Amino acid sequence: MNPFMLALKLLRRDWRAGELRLLATALVIAVASVTAVGFFTDRIERAMARQATEVLAADLRIESNRRLDEALSNEAEQRQMRQARTLTFPSVVLNNGNSQLVQVKSVSANYPLRGKLQVRDQVNGTTRYADDLPGSGEAWLEERLLPLLGLQIGDRFKLGQLEFTLSRIITYEPDRSANLFQLAPRVMINQQDVQQTGLLGPASRVRHNLLIAGTPAQISDYRAWLDAQQISGIQVQDIRAARPELRAALDQGGRFLRLAAATAILLCVVAVALSSRRFVERQADTSALLRCLGAKRNQVLQIFVIRLLGLGVIASLLGSLLGLAAQTLLVELVGHWFTQQIPPPSPWPLLSGVATGILVLLGFSLPMVTRLAEVPPLRVFRRHLGAPPIGYLLFISAGVAALATLLIWQIGDDQMAFKLIGGLLGGLLLLLLIARLLVTLLTPLRTRTAGSWRYGLASLSRNPITTSVQLSGFGLGMTVLLVLALVRVDLLSNWREALPADSPNQFLINIQPDQVDGVRNHLQQSGIPSVGLYPMMRGRLISIDGKAVSAGDYPNPRAQRLATRDFNLSQATSMQTDNKIVAGRWWSQADWGEPWFSVEEGIAKTLGIPMGALLTFEVAGQQVSGKVTNLRSVKWDSFNVNFFVVGTPGLMQDLPATYITSFYLPDEQRTVLHKLIHNYPSITALDVTALMKQVRGIMDRGAMAVESVFLFTLAAGLIVLYAGIQASHEQRVQETAILRTLGLSRQQLILSITLEFALLGGLAGVISAGLASGIGYSLSTGVFNLPWQFNPQLWLVAVFGGAIGIGAAGTLASWSLFNTPPILVLRRA
Amino acid sequence: MLQTSPNSHPVTAKGLMKFVETSQGRLDILQQIDLEVAAGEAVAILGASGSGKSTLLGLLAGLDEASAGDVTLFGTTLGGLDEDGRAALRAGQVGFVFQSFQLLSGMTALENVMLPLELVGHAHAEQAARDALSKAGLAERLTHYPSQLSGGEQQRVALARAFAPSPKVLFADEPTANLDAHTGEKVAELLFELQEQSGTVLILVTHDEMLAQRCDRRLYLREGCLESDR
Repeated sequence: MNPFMLALKLLRRDWRAGELRLLATALVIAVASVTAVGFFTDRIERAMARQATEVLAADLRIESNRRLDEALSNEAEQRQMRQARTLTFPSVVLNNGNSQLVQVKSVSANYPLRGKLQVRDQVNGTTRYADDLPGSGEAWLEERLLPLLGLQIGDRFKLGQLEFTLSRIITYEPDRSANLFQLAPRVMINQQDVQQTGLLGPASRVRHNLLIAGTPAQISDYRAWLDAQQISGIQVQDIRAARPELRAALDQGGRFLRLAAATAILLCVVAVALSSRRFVERQADTSALLRCLGAKRNQVLQIFVIRLLGLGVIASLLGSLLGLAAQTLLVELVGHWFTQQIPPPSPWPLLSGVATGILVLLGFSLPMVTRLAEVPPLRVFRRHLGAPPIGYLLFISAGVAALATLLIWQIGDDQMAFKLIGGLLGGLLLLLLIARLLVTLLTPLRTRTAGSWRYGLASLSRNPITTSVQLSGFGLGMTVLLVLALVRVDLLSNWREALPADSPNQFLINIQPDQVDGVRNHLQQSGIPSVGLYPMMRGRLISIDGKAVSAGDYPNPRAQRLATRDFNLSQATSMQTDNKIVAGRWWSQADWGEPWFSVEEGIAKTLGIPMGALLTFEVAGQQVSGKVTNLRSVKWDSFNVNFFVVGTPGLMQDLPATYITSFYLPDEQRTVLHKLIHNYPSITALDVTALMKQVRGIMDRGAMAVESVFLFTLAAGLIVLYAGIQASHEQRVQETAILRTLGLSRQQLILSITLEFALLGGLAGVISAGLASGIGYSLSTGVFNLPWQFNPQLWLVAVFGGAIGIGAAGTLASWSLFNTPPILVLRRA
Repeated sequence: MLQTSPNSHPVTAKGLMKFVETSQGRLDILQQIDLEVAAGEAVAILGASGSGKSTLLGLLAGLDEASAGDVTLFGTTLGGLDEDGRAALRAGQVGFVFQSFQLLSGMTALENVMLPLELVGHAHAEQAARDALSKAGLAERLTHYPSQLSGGEQQRVALARAFAPSPKVLFADEPTANLDAHTGEKVAELLFELQEQSGTVLILVTHDEMLAQRCDRRLYLREGCLESDR
């Protein structure tokens, strides 16, 4: 006998006969959801990342304060990558006796490579995308420059030795500088004109930028080439090194999507485990017959394993194709949210889908299916002899190994993966214990009830193993669905609320101490709610614990930059509301006079500043030293005023400071700002509405993508519940036939089955609500850093939803039993 | 002392015992069974429910292990073989017919009959299965699934499956018990007809005296002991 051929024949017959339908459906749906998530998240993440590259107006930006080596550009050209150049430098524009410090930017053809400039042709005109660049002799200006210089559209003004015509107003520039607080208003001119201005002298502070865009592979190859050149004096930025607030939004979005993928995998394994158990029960006769007809144990094993793997490959391929089709619809659904075309699917999710399907079968089906080879041939005479039950230890270790591999591989986050596995195992153990307890408690209850109640309770307590398996299936399926609901409703809204509609969209900087009261009053009188004005000093970190800070001490480019640039420092008596202490404690009133610092945790890590370190800053020629007494986490995407380093009043109050504030200004109140700038011309106003729109866009698209992906997980959840219902089907067929033969009425039978499933569902609801709350708590506090609230509704929904939903579904799924004449069933037995 | 050769006596049992240990002590199911079945012979084993008929059949077919004594099948002592060795010995040489038919529900009649042929790597499994079904009068039912066949037809498929590989021994466990009298009669007719044509040894377990009468020899199991014809 050739077991391979026989297995394939049997598989073909199984497929036709629907024998493997449940297992295959579970696998197809599971793999489809995993691959749909995979394809979709792959494409969306790439689209989100590309959208986020707008921040650089490129995929990669090389920056230097001297002329960039032509080799950099030549290499990009050789690799057929798109490129553009920009130069930025500060200058002063004089017009009608007004002078204003500006930031000039000259741009070459192709700029911007990512994102689009937005402009207005008239002061009160509508904003539109620019499909061209300032022509030679033309300049585009930021709106706030017009009143400062007394200019109108069409006016001419001088920049250096060249005269320009103000032709448009720039309202949005994708790659606005990474440091919001050092911005002078923008003047944008064409690259061709820049030399003739005569402003590029040897002493001018010019930044040369080379912008590059290409496919992800091209970018990473180019990046590798660039790193190998070891060119000094250049800074390379990709999206990860760009603005912290965008990076935070992107990372959070990625985490949600990966969680969605992980939940799909969890459901996948539950469904497969349940349907595999049923497959083993149904195939015991085949195994016994094959052995009876002369097949050896190994041959039987081969036949079942080859069948299983064959099924795995077919179902995984079908699932992957279904996933591919589904993600196309999803992308259609959300595609219009993206300003750019979403990149095409890569083949990886297809491969990972098939690999996922096989791995799930190996971990959750194979250990059970191998037991089929152990079915004694004597079963042909004695039906009670079945496959020996699988050892829990074997099942759990195989399952955990497969799950750990899958989760770590799919979500790429060990911490989250182990939390999920820990939750699953803990949940499983709890479910098994509760199922056992239930059986013990129900046994005496059976004798005290009558009719349908008695049969319903008896069904549950008679077979504790089936009951435990069902309870585990329902419990886990419902837990995942509830966690999903929690994530969708609570976590997503918490995430969005992290940037509410009234988040600050305006920053005022360079407020002198004697202007603080005036500015505050002006804003209050204009109906802007009271805002905090924070002192800000510029200082350079010169030593940590007495050791001089030098860029050369750090391998990390970001640390090198931080080590050489000025920090924005502040002083405070109380901590910003959106900050959280991660080490040490915030100072009390008694400590205000102490020389202490509070440092943001990220920068502390980058620069290697431990708790208790003695930091020395140089601020306006003075040295200030203080001890680090706490580390804070800061929500950079909140748009509140935040500082890397904050000192106690005692340490900082004598240092020269300017003040900074941020507030929300509705569009219709823009005149408030114009008046304020008119009254206090030295104050710089920064409008971050466009940047916020960008961050909010990423959050919204991310949330929408996550919600769409959760639809698949929901479908997978339903198949798990169906598999749970089917788990006791074989046993029920026989029992109902006997009960009906003995005279139980159809109504009583329906009632007893409904009661049985409703009881299981309600109980699974209690357990899953508990588990989901625990997992939700751990996810929000541990992974997403969001506040957690007890949700009593969750318990009500879980218990009653479980009882009603599973009660109804179980009854409907058993409907055929009520209509099948008992004689047919008994004859079959 | 039994003097047998594998060719003259394909199935023999000597001092065969089966007992189980229970909390109340040892429970004897079969006691000191000695049996010889000659080539081509049809033997009926009769007995009341629970007398150990199916246990004996299981032991003779090598599906179960004896507590003591030995079974020899085609000259090979089963006691010296493990489960896989016994399966190899059965392959293609032993056929079964069961009370509950034991057809695989996902397979058509033809596929069910092909199964034992495929297991021994029969070169023309499909043709042989077609022939067997044809002999059983089911040439028109090849593509039917068990659920589409009547009880009698299902048992005839089972007979075709049992005889298709031309086994040397056929074990039949209450083959007509699940059928009405008329259908049972027709199935029995077919069973003995095929047995006669093939010269296969038939060991038939039944409580049906009429059916047993059609065998060459009748043995009775009472309280675990085997007795010959009264």
